Amino acid sequence: MSKRLGWFLAGGLLVALLLAGVVSNFASSSPDGLDATAREGCTFNAAGEITGGTCIAQQEGEHQLGDSPLADYGIRGVGNSFLSTALAGAAGVLITFGAGAGLFWVARRRRPADDRSGTGV
Amino acid sequence: METTAMHIANGIVDGPVSAAFAVLAVAALAFCVRKARNDLDERLAPMAGLVAAFIFAVQMLNFQVLPGVSGHLLGGTLAVILVGPWVGALCVSTVLIVQCLLFADGGLTALGLNITNMALLGTAAGYLLVAGLLRILPKTASGLAATAFVASVISVVVASQGFVLEYALGGTTELSLPWVSGTMAGVHVLIGIGEGLIAATTVATVAKVRPDLVYALRRFRRPAFAKVGVNA
Repeated sequence: MSKRLGWFLAGGLLVALLLAGVVSNFASSSPDGLDATAREGCTFNAAGEITGGTCIAQQEGEHQLGDSPLADYGIRGVGNSFLSTALAGAAGVLITFGAGAGLFWVARRRRPADDRSGTGV
Repeated sequence: METTAMHIANGIVDGPVSAAFAVLAVAALAFCVRKARNDLDERLAPMAGLVAAFIFAVQMLNFQVLPGVSGHLLGGTLAVILVGPWVGALCVSTVLIVQCLLFADGGLTALGLNITNMALLGTAAGYLLVAGLLRILPKTASGLAATAFVASVISVVVASQGFVLEYALGGTTELSLPWVSGTMAGVHVLIGIGEGLIAATTVATVAKVRPDLVYALRRFRRPAFAKVGVNA
């Protein structure tokens, strides 16, 4: 990998870390487009449980992995919500980059020069 | 803060239909991997990792579109422009899988539904629009920004209608389909405008700093059929 590409990647990652780690704390906490549509027609109590009506979300179930340490974009055990979101967001960016870049690297097309040691393609 | 991303939760679409879409998603992703290998070289592989990480970050940024309703970028069009359709679909899928497995966002049972809508439908629509628009618009930073904006708006609405199809086939409740379709389309036009602005800013920035890293520009600079340097 060239040095210039390395700098570009580092810069891009820094931007992503700032967005997920800092800016995310100012994101809207309203239900999103799908969720809002799914809730329309039902009434909810303060805990967010459905109390009546008919809506798409009526049969909605809990997430199987709802107890994950990073569930709902927070770090379990970190009381400060700003810090919790920031750390979870930064962890997500690094994990996604690592998983993505790793898998794409493994799947990449090799140039002939790459398999000089082997039996050839 | 409680972030809920625009992902289908468990139990909204029944088991058999969710399973069928999971099979469809796995098959489509396997096809994408095959096609993506032609595009993936030493430069595109780390770039694709960055695009996935960037989409993850921006998906955390819910913006208000109506009182009490928010939305966030889905990223299909952005990915198509920067890394191409096949790698792009895999980037969005990577994000959805990380979100589902680690952040409990988007039901595990619903993962196939979410991948179908956002990674496959959204990306496919984005690709067709980008390919079409770049034939008429100039291949400059501003032409690319306009392309990203228009393609994003439409691609988000298409992805939202993927949910309507899944709900029609296996919804666990009986709401009027025209109402579901209309409500989803209406709110997703607004979300698409937000996504379009983010995608346009991002691709214009990359096109100014490193135009050689923009898949859509590289590919359209030479005839589309000339597979330079690829031994078949």
